[in-house]
Amino acid sequence: MLYINNIIKKLPYTDPFLFVDGLQSVTENTIEGSYTFKKDEFFYMGHFKEHAVTPGVILTECCAQIGLVCLGIYLLDGQEETTGNFQVALSSSEMQFLLPVYPLEKVTVKSNKVYFRFNKLKCEVKMYNQQAQLVCKGVLSGMLKNSDI
Amino acid sequence: MVDNDERLARLKEIVKTYLPEDVPIEAVEEESNFVTELNINSAHLVDIILDLEDTFGIRLENEDMDKMQTVRDALNIIDLKLLDKK
Repeated sequence: MLYINNIIKKLPYTDPFLFVDGLQSVTENTIEGSYTFKKDEFFYMGHFKEHAVTPGVILTECCAQIGLVCLGIYLLDGQEETTGNFQVALSSSEMQFLLPVYPLEKVTVKSNKVYFRFNKLKCEVKMYNQQAQLVCKGVLSGMLKNSDI
Repeated sequence: MVDNDERLARLKEIVKTYLPEDVPIEAVEEESNFVTELNINSAHLVDIILDLEDTFGIRLENEDMDKMQTVRDALNIIDLKLLDKK
């Protein structure tokens, strides 16, 4: 599972904005990964005033980091020798949110590639909670490339 | 077989969807550069290419995208691909 560790190492995020703990599987067309929301994530201080709920944008971010960026790193590595820095930009997101996610919940993201062409990756993502209930789902697109430095 | 005017009309129809709010469809001319003049971003340029593929039943490669700077470039690429198909 060396390549899975390498994918996580190449992620351009760090605490407090890294929302990937591990990847369970990755293929040319699918990826599955998970993240456990810590008790003291920075956004819980303000969302909401009295009770902490994970914001939808953060769920989207978690879906994008696992479903789009990790899969994209894997796909790019298969295409070319990677020497430069990996760059990513989210270009569109359309999400539906079905259930709340609270602190200390572990979520699993499953992503299916729709296409990866001309450096644009489009994926269908689904996030499940520990009870295997669908938390949110949607379609995400982003531009990915290894810049030649 | 679609003629040149018809191709330009179909291309404009596709481009229209991805134009920024402050760029009117009238601004799209054969000389227009997609990125520097029409302000279309790279993600939307890919959308345009995928729509062109569906509309004209062709397939573009990475080299084609590199060459596709202006509306005229796009029309030329469509012509070549349609010829290849025959």
